[in-house]
Amino acid sequence: MTTPTDVDVPSVPEGQAAALEARDIAVTFRGRGGGGQARAVDGVDLRLGRGEIVALVGESGCGKTTLARTLLGLERPAEGTVLVDGEPLNYSSRALKAYRRRVQLVLQDPTGALNPRHTVYEAVAEGLRIHGLTDNENDRVAQALSLAGLRPPERFFLRYPHELSGGQRQRVVIAGALVLNPDVIVADEPVSSLDASVRGEILALLLRLRDELGLSLLVVTHDLGLAWNIADRVAVMYLGRIVEQGPTEELLANPKHPYTRALLSVVPEMGRMEQVVLAGEPPDPTRIPAGCRFHPRCPVVASGEAAALGIEEKCKGQSLPLLSPAGAHSAACYLPASAESVS
Amino acid sequence: MALLEFDDVSVTYRSRGADIPAVRGVTLNVNAGESLGLAGESGCGKTTLTSTVLRMQPKSAKVTGEIRLNGDNILDMTWGQVRALRWAEASVVFQGAMHALNPVQKIGDQLAEPILLHSKVSKKDADRRVGELLEMVGLPARRADAYPHQLSGGQKQRVMIAMALACDPQLIIADEPTTALDVMVQAQVLNVLQGLVKELNVGMVFISHDLSVLSSTCDRIAVMYAGKIVEQGPAADVFDHPQHPYAGALAGAFPRIGDTRYRYSPSGLPGDPPFPGDLPSGCTFHPRCPVAVERCATTEPSLIQHGSHQTACLLVGSEIA
Repeated sequence: MTTPTDVDVPSVPEGQAAALEARDIAVTFRGRGGGGQARAVDGVDLRLGRGEIVALVGESGCGKTTLARTLLGLERPAEGTVLVDGEPLNYSSRALKAYRRRVQLVLQDPTGALNPRHTVYEAVAEGLRIHGLTDNENDRVAQALSLAGLRPPERFFLRYPHELSGGQRQRVVIAGALVLNPDVIVADEPVSSLDASVRGEILALLLRLRDELGLSLLVVTHDLGLAWNIADRVAVMYLGRIVEQGPTEELLANPKHPYTRALLSVVPEMGRMEQVVLAGEPPDPTRIPAGCRFHPRCPVVASGEAAALGIEEKCKGQSLPLLSPAGAHSAACYLPASAESVS
Repeated sequence: MALLEFDDVSVTYRSRGADIPAVRGVTLNVNAGESLGLAGESGCGKTTLTSTVLRMQPKSAKVTGEIRLNGDNILDMTWGQVRALRWAEASVVFQGAMHALNPVQKIGDQLAEPILLHSKVSKKDADRRVGELLEMVGLPARRADAYPHQLSGGQKQRVMIAMALACDPQLIIADEPTTALDVMVQAQVLNVLQGLVKELNVGMVFISHDLSVLSSTCDRIAVMYAGKIVEQGPAADVFDHPQHPYAGALAGAFPRIGDTRYRYSPSGLPGDPPFPGDLPSGCTFHPRCPVAVERCATTEPSLIQHGSHQTACLLVGSEIA
């Protein structure tokens, strides 16, 4: 396991193509029962550098999974572009198939992701067969299982999912992704359905895959502890927009956006911090508030602090520019830097 | 006398001719107005143990010891007595409760059902009570007319908590009530539960594998491994200064954000919990224990008081630890 000092955090210089990049992406869905259009993702710039681990953090319904699906080519954005190694993603079915070999998805619930009637071997080999990689199938499956920490791999070939523990099942899912030698893994809540003891093991595995194979990882999660454990950068999403992004240490030690501060204050391990429990749940993407989209729930607005600082008008009426997807810690908020540490 | 007392409780499942010990001699108390956190991995016996309080364990289970609610041994009761106990004296908020609601019935009617069954009140009084209950968990009373699909996950979970409160129970058993909820919604639900314990003076058993949640919600924590309590003590103490290596591993699984020791260094516990039908000799944790010594494989430790905790580990208090 690595310590902070000997980890070479990859810094992506401006100009060098990122492994995966979203540029001003918007994804819309038709509203239910003739309702308005839902803008699930409403203008996002996001950049995943080569060999980088980025945590995309937010509540249910904030659009983080839709954004991840768009990056995988599973949704087509209504606006904006997905760039892969600097090239726009090609949506022809042949190009998408090739793309999906390079960018793999790991889902939250390994029990649901595995066919109960397929053995571990079949589950891992399925991707190879779909992509017509039929040579050395046995070796490739064994190698992927062993990379995912299931050793000796032959012992697991003929097991069925019900014979495995939750952690082992998630390792099988990860092996199924690794067998295709991907450049990028998108993991949607990879540990939230796992036991506490297994959680650290799976996170350590993801970290090792980055260090040993140079994989880029986008982890979609609501768990800021996970971000602190493994992510190089964090992007906080609220109602379809990135509201704060930056290097993990800076962002979590000194959150600028009131939403990030609220999220951080309710992490149970932060018991000594004063809790800011936001009422209700994220609002409706069919009716995005004007101005700063967080203002109806913002504690700084509610407490009158925004009015005292003379920014309340802007919070309620003037929309904020998109955050630059790389580089320094930044937040989409009108609070002046001097007021960031108060409240 | 404590509200709930487990006195040397063991639960054994009979499966294919073999005896599988799921719970092995647990003694625990919960007082009124107190919340006890029960922590451990899947399969450690925490749900089996608490299911005995309302005699919800499967038929194949054999229960020994005594489980006393207000001094009365539940194992001696007739079925009629146990039925009267359910909801009215002790109730359960189930794991994945959001799927436990009937999708084609209004939540108000579902909340009124236990009230109408257990107390002789008119439908109108029951409806008034439903409104009170919804407000108690932070939902407007008019939501009684909603169907489950019209509510979000956190709202459904709060409806389940309201249902558990319907007949003013003295004891609530919450089995992973916030697993699968977002942090913000989890904080809302935890605040509701904590408030109820203090305001209504109910006792609560809170089951979770997340020690950080338990430490922020409960007064005391008991950690279970392979059917036994391996450590118990004041919640913050157990989380911040665990004595048993297993409790230490659980506590370390959730990083303190800002603490550089956890940065790029997620910690987990290798291996899997033992199968209850084939337990290791000595201390059942020794095959996974990072600090085990030779005698851990032969001597089974008992729960001994060390400071404010009780811990079952040969190394705690000895010069090696």
